[in-house]
Amino acid sequence: MRYSGFKVIKEALTGHKGWKPAWRDPEPKAHYDIVIIGGGGHGLATAHYLASVYGQHRVAVIEKGWIGGGNVGRNTTIIRSNYLLDGNEPFYEFSLKLWEGLEQDLNYNAMVSQRGIMNLIHSDAQRDAFIRRGNAMILNGADAEYLDLAQIKQEYPFLNFDDARFPIKGGLAQRRGGTVRHDAVAWGYARAADSRGVDIIQNCEVIGFRIENGTCLGVETSRGFIGAGRVGCAVAGNSSRLMSKAGMRLPIESHVLQAFVSEGLKPVLPGVITFGAGHFYVSQSDKGGLVFGGDIDGYNSYAQRGNLPVVEDVCEGGMAIMPMIGRARLLRMWGGIMDMSMDGSPIIDRTHIDGLYFNGGWCYGGFKATPASGYAFAHLLARDEPHDTATAYRFDRFRTGHMIDEKGMGNQPNLH
Amino acid sequence: MIINHPLLGPRDSAEFVYLGAAELMNRPDPETASADDWHDYAYLRDNPAGTHRELWFHEGGDRSILIVTRDTTTHEISAVELARRGAPK
Amino acid sequence: MTQKNRLDGGQIDRNTTLNFTFDGKTYAGHPGDTLASALLANNVRLMGRSFKYHRPRGPLTAGSEEPNAIVKLRSGARQEPNTRATTAELFEGLAAKSQNRWPSLAFDAMAINDRFSNFLTAGFYYKTFMWPAAFWEKLYEPIIRKAAGLGSLSMQADPDEYDKGFRHCDLLIIGAGPAGLNAALTAGRAGKHVILADEDFRMGGRLNAETLNIADMTGADWAAHTVAELSALPNVRLMPRTTVIGAFDHGIYGAVERISDHLATPPTGKPRQILWRIYAKQTLLCAGATERPIAFENNDRPGIMLAASLRAYANRWAATPAQRIAIFTNNDDGHRTAQDLHTKGVKIAAVIDTRPDAPRSHDYEVLRGAQISDTKGRLGLTFAEVTLSDGSNRTVECGALGVSGGWNPNVHLTCHQRGRPTWDDTLAAFVPGGTLPPGMTVAGAANGTFSTHGALKSGADAARKALGIKGRAPAVPDAEDAPITQTPFWYVEGCSRAWLDQQNDVTVKDVKLSHQEGFRSVEHLKRYTTLGMATDQGKTSNMGGLAIMAELAGKSIPEVGTTIFRPPYTPTAIGALAGRMRGKEFHPTRLTPSHFWAKERGAVFVEVGNWLRAQWFPLPGETHWRQSVDREVTATRASVGVCDCTTLGKIDVQGTDAATFLNKIYCNGFAKLAVGKTRYGLMLREDGIAMDDGTAARLAEDQFVVTTTTANAAKVYQHMEFVRQCLMPDADVQLISTTEAWAQYAVAGPNSRRLLQKIVDSDYDISNEGFPFMACANITVCGGLRARLFRISFSGELAFEIAVPSRYGDALMRKLMEEGEEFDVTPYGTEALGVMRIEKGHAAGNELNGTTTALNLGMGRMVSKAKDSIGSKLSERPGLNEADALMQVGLRPVDAGDKVTAGGHLMNATGPVDAKHDQGYVTSAAYSPTLGSMIGLGFLKDGGNRMGETLRLVSPVTDLTVKVEVVSAHFVDPEGERVRA
Repeated sequence: MRYSGFKVIKEALTGHKGWKPAWRDPEPKAHYDIVIIGGGGHGLATAHYLASVYGQHRVAVIEKGWIGGGNVGRNTTIIRSNYLLDGNEPFYEFSLKLWEGLEQDLNYNAMVSQRGIMNLIHSDAQRDAFIRRGNAMILNGADAEYLDLAQIKQEYPFLNFDDARFPIKGGLAQRRGGTVRHDAVAWGYARAADSRGVDIIQNCEVIGFRIENGTCLGVETSRGFIGAGRVGCAVAGNSSRLMSKAGMRLPIESHVLQAFVSEGLKPVLPGVITFGAGHFYVSQSDKGGLVFGGDIDGYNSYAQRGNLPVVEDVCEGGMAIMPMIGRARLLRMWGGIMDMSMDGSPIIDRTHIDGLYFNGGWCYGGFKATPASGYAFAHLLARDEPHDTATAYRFDRFRTGHMIDEKGMGNQPNLH
Repeated sequence: MIINHPLLGPRDSAEFVYLGAAELMNRPDPETASADDWHDYAYLRDNPAGTHRELWFHEGGDRSILIVTRDTTTHEISAVELARRGAPK
Repeated sequence: MTQKNRLDGGQIDRNTTLNFTFDGKTYAGHPGDTLASALLANNVRLMGRSFKYHRPRGPLTAGSEEPNAIVKLRSGARQEPNTRATTAELFEGLAAKSQNRWPSLAFDAMAINDRFSNFLTAGFYYKTFMWPAAFWEKLYEPIIRKAAGLGSLSMQADPDEYDKGFRHCDLLIIGAGPAGLNAALTAGRAGKHVILADEDFRMGGRLNAETLNIADMTGADWAAHTVAELSALPNVRLMPRTTVIGAFDHGIYGAVERISDHLATPPTGKPRQILWRIYAKQTLLCAGATERPIAFENNDRPGIMLAASLRAYANRWAATPAQRIAIFTNNDDGHRTAQDLHTKGVKIAAVIDTRPDAPRSHDYEVLRGAQISDTKGRLGLTFAEVTLSDGSNRTVECGALGVSGGWNPNVHLTCHQRGRPTWDDTLAAFVPGGTLPPGMTVAGAANGTFSTHGALKSGADAARKALGIKGRAPAVPDAEDAPITQTPFWYVEGCSRAWLDQQNDVTVKDVKLSHQEGFRSVEHLKRYTTLGMATDQGKTSNMGGLAIMAELAGKSIPEVGTTIFRPPYTPTAIGALAGRMRGKEFHPTRLTPSHFWAKERGAVFVEVGNWLRAQWFPLPGETHWRQSVDREVTATRASVGVCDCTTLGKIDVQGTDAATFLNKIYCNGFAKLAVGKTRYGLMLREDGIAMDDGTAARLAEDQFVVTTTTANAAKVYQHMEFVRQCLMPDADVQLISTTEAWAQYAVAGPNSRRLLQKIVDSDYDISNEGFPFMACANITVCGGLRARLFRISFSGELAFEIAVPSRYGDALMRKLMEEGEEFDVTPYGTEALGVMRIEKGHAAGNELNGTTTALNLGMGRMVSKAKDSIGSKLSERPGLNEADALMQVGLRPVDAGDKVTAGGHLMNATGPVDAKHDQGYVTSAAYSPTLGSMIGLGFLKDGGNRMGETLRLVSPVTDLTVKVEVVSAHFVDPEGERVRA
C-alpha cells in the first residue's frame, strides 16, 4: 500500500477501513539467506537496503521485544555529518545524503528536518579545533559554515551573551544537519523492508549461535532454531551480551545516556544547538518539546536509567547557555544503553567466525548513522566486503593502531 | 549512587571519578606479554550485564581508588575495597 | 464581584478576598483556592484548548494529573507556560492567560482542525507531506510547528533564583494522606527521623476532599490535628508543596519544594524553588490513587470532570462548576460524589450507573444500567444523552458531569527503577509489584488499599515494619472501611470520538486505528498515537488506552504490556534542576594569587578551564590586542618579562621509589636524573598516544616536583594515582597535588637573571655556572621566604620559573615589578606566552590533542626502549609508525603579509584540494613580532623530510588559501643558545 496525501483523504472519507498493518507478523521460517539480529534502526535499515539495493529477499530481522524499542526510540533525534576524521566524515556524509532522500525512498514521512545544527565555540583552542573540523567537512564534500559572534547574536538572540561564565566566541554550523522523528525511522524501514518480503519477527530472543567448525549456521531463539547463510548482529547497547554467546569479547563498554524532553512550547529554537563549555545540546520537536541531553552517566550500566547528578549537570548547562528556559518544565527523562567503543567510533566488520558479522560500537552517534550503517552493513552482508565509506570500521584497528578517535580520549570508553 | 568507602563510610558517587573495569589492574608483564596480550588488556572488556568489578577514584575525597563490585543491571553495590594492596583496611 | 458557584463550607479563608485575572478579566477568590477552584466558583468552566483539535476544555481533575486546564501564569520574564490551574495556588494579583488559542479562548480559529479531525487521525503525518521533498522544511513543517506547542516562553532570562540542598532521614514518606500521616505519626512518635513530603500546599490528601470521619472528627480536622502534632516533633520534618520527582539509586530521592510559587514574587533572598536530594534509609510511598475516567462520545466538554474531583471542589474548595450536575459511574464512589454534592445543595440531575444493580437513592434519581451516549454544549456542557437499560434514550440537562470509572493506584515512583507494576484482578488495576526501588514500601491507596481505615492501618504497619519498630501497635482510629471491588468499564460501546488522552486529543478511534495498522504493543501504541505523552504524562489516560488495545487484540491487559513511568513524577522547572549553577556561577572560577594585582594593571582575562588568566596587559593608547601582545613579546625577548604560570598542574612526588615511579610514568628516562636537575618529560597514555608534557624537578633523592599543563592537571594526577595504586601498589611513593599551594611565575628574557638576583637571597648562586640551564633548587627570596627556583624556559629565552607559597604570590609579583623597573620589566599574558612558545616550536594543548604520538611531535626517539613505561609497548603498533606519519613542522607564509590560520589544512602546491589529498593541518598560529610575519605549527605527512617545500594552506570554512613554506618548528634560536646564556 502506498502512502500519500491522496490516500489519507480517501481513507478519511471512507472511514479509514483501508489501512493495513504497516508490517506483517510472520512466523519464522526454518532458514534464511541472511538473519539480522536486532529490530532497531540499524537492523531494520540493513534489511531494507539488503532487499532494495542488494536484491536479497530471503531476509529476516529478529527482535527480542518490539521493533524500535531500543535506542532508535530513545535518542535526541539529531542528524548531522560534522565529523573531523577521514575514517568518519565520508560515512556520516553518506548517511546525511541518505536521510535527505529517505522519505521518498521509504514512502514514509520520518520528518527529516534540516533546520541546521550549531556548535557553539567558547575558547580560542575550541575555535581552532572547529575550524579544522569545518575544513575537514568541506574537503569531504559536506557543508560547514563558521559564524562569528555577531552572526551568532543575530541568529540566536536568546543565548546568554550578557553574563556567561564561558562567553560565546563563535560557532560552527552545519545547515544540512537537523532532526528526524526517531520512531518513524524504525517504522518506515520496517514497513519498506516488509513490503519487499523481509520477515520482521518480534518477540523472538536470541539464546545462542549455532557454530560448527568455525562457521555460524544460524541462531537459537526463544522460538526455535533459525538457520542462516549469514548472521548480522546489530544490537548496539547489548553488543557485548550478544557476542559473548559467540565467545567474543568486544572493545566496547555499555553506558547509560540520559535524554530529556520538556513540555510542549510554541517555537523557540530554530535548529539544534550544542553548548561548547558544558554538557548540553538541544533542539525543539515539531510537537514543541525541547529535546535535550548531555553527557553519559559515566559508569557501566545496562539499566536504561540514570541518576540525578547528570540530570542536574545537563540542566545547569542549559541554564548557562539559555537562561530563558528556567521556567520551562522537564516532562520526561529516560536512559538508553550505549555501546561505548574504545575510540568512540563504530565497528562494521566480519568476525573471526565465518558467516557472523557485527555492527555496533555506535557510542551516542548511532541514530544519525542509521541509514549509512544499514547500507554499509547490507553491503558487507551481501558482498562480504566493506562498503567504501566504512572501510575504517574494522575490529583489528586497535591491534594495528589505526584508531578513529574524534575526541582524542584514547581507550577509555566513558570519555568519548 | 552511594559508595560505602572502606575508610570514610558512605559517600555520594558524585565525589568519585569512574576509571573503568578493574581488569585494568592486570597490566601485562612487559617482559613476557605478546602484542595480543597488550591489545586485549587495553581494548577488550567483559562488559557483563550483571556483577562488575570496577575502579572508582575518590577525587573529591581521600584520593583512594576503590574496587567496587556493582551489578550493572540494578546498580546494586555488593562490595567495596581499596585497590591498593596492603593499604590499611 | 459574585462567586456564583461558591458553596458553603470548605477550607478557604472567606475573610480575605484575593483578586486575580484570567484572560484579562478580574475575578475574586480566597486563600486556600487554586486558580481552578476560584474560576469554577466564578462560573468559569472554559480554561483551555486541546493540543491538536483545539477543542474547548475545562478542568478534568482537581490535582496534578490535570490534562486540560493548563494556563500561562504570570507575565513578563516570570511567565510560566503550561501551568496547571488545578494546582496553582491563588494569590492577590495572580494573572493567568489561556494558551494555544487565537484570537481568543472562546473563539479559536485553529478549532477548524476539529472539523478536519477525520483527516488528522493518529499518525496521519507519517503518510503524507512527502512530496515535493523540499516542501517539508519550507512549507509543511513551519505550519505544523506554529500550530503545535502549548504555551510560550517569555524568551527572557528567568529572574528567580533556585537552590539545592541535601536532606537525610530514616524514613521518607511520600504523600500526606491518611496512610502517610499515620505512618509519620507512628515513626515520629518512635523517635525516628522522618521527612513527610506532599505536593499539595495543605496536607491531608483525600481527607481534605471528603466528608468521611476519623474517630470523632472530620477527616480534614483529623489531618490538621495530626499535622499539628507532627510539626511539634523535632524529629519530623514536614515538607508541604514538595513533589518527590524521582526515585534514584541507593535511596536517593529528588524532591522539588515550591518556596515562593504561591506568592506574587519570591521574597528578597528567597528562591523560587529548591531541589532537595533526600537520602532516605527507608521510603514509604503513600501517593494515593487517581480516579480514572470512562470514555464516551464527546466526553471532553468543559464541565465533564472526574467525579471525585467534583467532590473535592465542593468539599474542600466550596466550589462547583454548575448548579445542576449529573454523575456517570460504574462504582459506588460515584454515588458518594452525588451524595456530597446533594448535601451541599447542588442539584443532582441524575446518577447514570452502568450497573443494573446500582444502589438507589432517596435524594436523586439513579438510572441503573444506563450509559452516556453523547453530550452537547460547544463551550461547556449543556446536555448529556443517556441510553437507558431498555435501550431508550433520554436527554439529561446538566452543566457538569462527574465521571467515575474506579481508581488507579499511583504506582509511578515504584517504576522509576524500571520495576513493573502487576495487575490486580480484584481491583482491575495495576498495583505496585515486581521489583520496587530498594528500601521502598507502599501503603494506602497507592498499594490498592482504598478504604480510610485500610489506609490508616497500612500506613502505620508499613512504617513499623520498615523501621523495625517493636511493641504493640497502637489502635487505628475509627474510620470507614468499605470493601472495594472495581468492575472494569472502560468505554461506552460504539463510541468513536471519545477522548482518552484529552490534552493530546487521542480518542478511542485512534487506538482502534493503531491496532488496525499493527501498532499493538503498549510502546507502539503510545508512540504512534501520542497517548500519555502530554504534560499530564498519561496519569488519567494510559489505562483506558491499554484496556481498549487489550480488548481489540483479544488479550488481557497485562499481556498487552504495562505502562511504566519515568521521572519526574510531575513536570519540573529546568531552573530548579540547575539551581545556582548559571550565569557567572555556572562553574567555579579559579583565581591565581596575583589576580588582583593583574586586575589593577588593567589585564584582560581569559577563561582557561575554570581558571581566569591574564591574556594581555594593555597600556594606555593601545587600541588593538595585537599591539599589547607584540609589545609584551618584544620587551620580554629584549629585556625581561614576567608571566603568571601558577595554573600549571604541580604534583609533589615523594618516596624512595619516586624515581622508579616517574620512570614508569614518563616515556623518557628519569631514574638517573641528578638531584638539583630538572628534565622535560613526555607522558603517554597506555595506548601510546601522548597524554601530557611537563617537567619533573628532582629536589631531593626522594622528592620530585612534576608540572603538568593547565588543562590536564586533574587528569594527569588521576592517571598517576592509578599507576601508583593499581599498577605499582608495592612501591614506596606518595603523591599530592600542590597546584594551589604554590604561586609560580616565569621570569624570562636576557635580564631575567639580573632581576632575580635582586630578590634571591645572596646565599644562593644563580649564575650560569652555579645554576645552569635545567637546574632546580629550594631557595629563599626577599630575606628568608622559602621558594623554589627552576631554570626552565617555555619562551626560548634565558628564563626561570620561581615558586613561592601561594599567599606570597601577590607580593612576589609586585616585588618583581618594583625591582624590575630598571630593566623595564614587562608583565605578559597568555597570548604573548603562546606567541613565544610557537616561535620556539614548543608543543602545547593544540598539539597534544589526544591523537598525536611522540613520533608526530618530533620526539619519537624520546620513547625509551631500555625500559617499560606506560604506553611504550602500544606506541609500537604499525598504525602509529607509518612511513609518512604526521610530523610537527613550522610554517611560514611565502608572502609575509599572508595570514596563517590554525585549523587550516595543508595541501600540496598543485593538484586537487580535497580530503583524499590532505597533507596535514595547522595546529597553532600567531603573528610573530620577532619574525615580522604570521607563523604556524602544524602536522605534516612525512614532515621531517619536507623542509623548504611550498604548500597550500587551505581553510575553506574561513575562505582562505595561502602559500606556506615548510620550515623548522624552532623559529627562534634553533640552537638553544639563549636558554643556556
